[in-house]
Amino acid sequence: MILKSIKIILLNLLFFTPLFSNTLQEDIQPFTKSSFKTKQKVVENIVLNHSENEKLTLVLNTLLKGNLYFTKYKKEFVILTKKEGKIYHTTNIFTGDILEPKTKKMFKKVKTNNKLRSIIKLKLAELNLFSKEEEVRLSSVKNMLKNINEDSQILVLKALKVETSSAIISILEEMSVNYKAKFGTQEEKLKAIVALKELLSPQSLQTLKEIESSTKDEEIKKLAQTSITSIETSKSFYSLLETAFFGLSQGSVLLLAALGLAITFGVMKVINMAHGEMMMIGAYTTYTLQQIMPNFIEYSIIIAIPLAFLVSAMVGVIIERLVIRHLYGRPLETLLATFGISLILQQIVRSVYSPLNQEVKTPEWMSGAWEINGALSLTYNRLYIIIFSLLVFVAVLLVLKKTSLGLKVRAVTQNREMAQAMGIKTGFIDAMTFGIGSGIAGVAGVALSQLTNVGPNLGQAYIVDSFMVVVFGGVGNLWGTLIAAFTLGEINKFIEPAAGAVLAKVIILIFIILFIQKRPRGLFPQKGRDAED
Amino acid sequence: MENTKRKLIIIQIMQNDKGGKIVLSILAIVVAYVAFSNLMLPVESAFHVSTYTVTLLGKYLAFALLALALDLVWGYIGILSLGHGAFFALGGYAFAMYLMRQIGDRGVYGNAELPDFMVFMNLKELPWFWYGFDNPLFTLFMVALVPATLAFVFGWLAFRSRVTGVYLSIITQAMTYAFMLAFFRNDMGFGGNNGLTDFKDILGFSLQEDSTRIGLLLISFLALVTGYLISRYIINSRLGRVCIAIRDGESRVRFLGYRVEQYKLFIFVVSAIMAGVAGALYVPQVGIINPGVFSPLFSIELVIWVAIGGRGTLYGAIIGAFIVNYASTYFTSALPEVWLYALGGLFVVSTLYLPKGIVGLMSKIKLKKEVQNVSA
Repeated sequence: MILKSIKIILLNLLFFTPLFSNTLQEDIQPFTKSSFKTKQKVVENIVLNHSENEKLTLVLNTLLKGNLYFTKYKKEFVILTKKEGKIYHTTNIFTGDILEPKTKKMFKKVKTNNKLRSIIKLKLAELNLFSKEEEVRLSSVKNMLKNINEDSQILVLKALKVETSSAIISILEEMSVNYKAKFGTQEEKLKAIVALKELLSPQSLQTLKEIESSTKDEEIKKLAQTSITSIETSKSFYSLLETAFFGLSQGSVLLLAALGLAITFGVMKVINMAHGEMMMIGAYTTYTLQQIMPNFIEYSIIIAIPLAFLVSAMVGVIIERLVIRHLYGRPLETLLATFGISLILQQIVRSVYSPLNQEVKTPEWMSGAWEINGALSLTYNRLYIIIFSLLVFVAVLLVLKKTSLGLKVRAVTQNREMAQAMGIKTGFIDAMTFGIGSGIAGVAGVALSQLTNVGPNLGQAYIVDSFMVVVFGGVGNLWGTLIAAFTLGEINKFIEPAAGAVLAKVIILIFIILFIQKRPRGLFPQKGRDAED
Repeated sequence: MENTKRKLIIIQIMQNDKGGKIVLSILAIVVAYVAFSNLMLPVESAFHVSTYTVTLLGKYLAFALLALALDLVWGYIGILSLGHGAFFALGGYAFAMYLMRQIGDRGVYGNAELPDFMVFMNLKELPWFWYGFDNPLFTLFMVALVPATLAFVFGWLAFRSRVTGVYLSIITQAMTYAFMLAFFRNDMGFGGNNGLTDFKDILGFSLQEDSTRIGLLLISFLALVTGYLISRYIINSRLGRVCIAIRDGESRVRFLGYRVEQYKLFIFVVSAIMAGVAGALYVPQVGIINPGVFSPLFSIELVIWVAIGGRGTLYGAIIGAFIVNYASTYFTSALPEVWLYALGGLFVVSTLYLPKGIVGLMSKIKLKKEVQNVSA
């Protein structure tokens, strides 16, 4: 009894399995025949039956590129990887094994014609369009955008019914509008051309240009022309906006870098050449934090901000107590001593970490871009840093103007002896002020770690720039620093396209050197008694 | 008669300059010994000095002249220039351009007219600013003129609008930084990143020959001595007195009716020329110049030479240049990790504990001894 049932099962397996599920390998055997109609049927068949098979897209893509061959004797399907004269290098398409190179006589190509290729393209697009992964769908839609025709329109309409992601839906709709503008009825065309104007994408511009050059209908031609000019004006407007945004972003970096300096240099009159290294310390704090807790990258930046502030502030206080304290009133000596400190700090980082750049990861919520429309998209990390720099600026302003510590800081810098006479511990205030200035530099370092390479030379790249900002804005004036940072950032980004990055920097430096000649005390000079050195 | 008079001037210049006499005499003895033993003694001899040492000494002499130039502006008129490396590098580049033209068709590409890097950049003809640099006299003229012009324009703008102190230091730093960025660009026509190198000969003498190197060493020494005498002469003159007064109280000097900016400009330009000459001496001995010399780090490092030696003494600058550079050579080969710590430490220690440098320390020790002698 048992034996019998086993027999039946075995028989079943023998006879029926192939019927129910041919392997992909078997199903593409007819590719060896030369009829294009057969091949077309095979393509349709395998897409229908093997859509789960991961080799399917490989087979179709290879076929599309014309690299699909089969061996004459065993009828094995292979991918041509390299031609060396008459020798063909191939790999087996199913096993991925690299096969022995043989002469080209041993192989035969699976030939395709235009119709077959367009069917394959469509099938591939369809496969991807209904894939389970959103990324695959998105890239597939973006690919289809380049090639709009009747078949794709059917797919688009089909996809629109099931699609859930809003980003993909908007592209699908764009395709639909593009299709209507090209191939729709007269009424649809007119509507679509007007709709295209709003889309601003390069594809819609191209469609409009095609329509404008090919159509014979005067009305459509005119409408297309106005749409084109409208797109082009708004495009140049948006690219201007984009440059302005880059300038703002550059300015916010400068602001962050210069704010700490505006306190140590502007308020305390201490030339801190180690300021850049304070930023470096902040960046390395971020890096270390991410190394310690690799599973919390999303929160690492948030935690790193106060931590970097504390670490840099501590280093700042130590430097102030050990070295700078002895050098008040001798700015040039301070400059030299702090430069020495900067060399030591750099070397410490080289010894402890490595002389190479370290990779600081960007959390998910900071990557990506805010796509406002087809012509303008703003990256999130730059956007956040602009907001962040303004927050830090307001915080510094509040601390200096509204807290008792800020009051004491201003008192000490304005008249040290008198402040001392009023019972303010000037030594403590000096240390605190320098600590705050250094801490802000540390916070700037956290922001910088998201934009540039984190390495021992991170600080050096910004030190000259930050001094320029403070000097340009007027020493001792926080608002001046704000305006100077954004002005320099904007100027830089607006001359960069014409002059190139390096020359733009040189031009800015020359500009500032000349500006200092005209207004030696910066944009907003201090007035009154503490204006004199 | 004329001869005795000239001697008199030198004696006058050096009259009260005991330190200068000692330092220059020691240098003269060292240079003479090195030259003699390198050329005359056999290689096997224990007293033979290698060509490497000759080149090293020549490099130090060029650096000493640069330090001297900085001490003139910083020590005597109070301009802390953080951009003196730019003048040095410009002088160096000017001379390197002459040396490049001397290569002729011996370069890798064998182009008689164009240096290798220009051929590499697909230039068809020499850029206009390279004209004339095949002539050594014109080159020497440019070695002085280019840094002098830059110093004049920069100084005229800065001093006229009374940019002083820290501001001046920072914009001089920005100046050399801007130069560095510009010279790193390949299309500037100065070899970009790689700079100018692979020199073959100078005035027909091969740069590989020991005798040429000794010749360069002697010329460097003579240049240093001349630079020293000129600086000392300026300092001792009436003009020098005004300069020192400007250093110590600029506003007061101005109120007395002196045109401060003119004095500053004069000293700044003289110093720039000295720095340019130092650069021109540096290039043939080291065999390369690249934009790194423009880096703010080099300029600020050279400030520390002067600070370590003793600012405002002239000979202190020479001592400082020799000590720091010797330490640099020693450490970078023996303990490369330690060098930046040591250099950083030097900055801190010299500003905190040695405000007058080694020279100040020496005279302090001497003063103590004298006090002890008197009290004993």
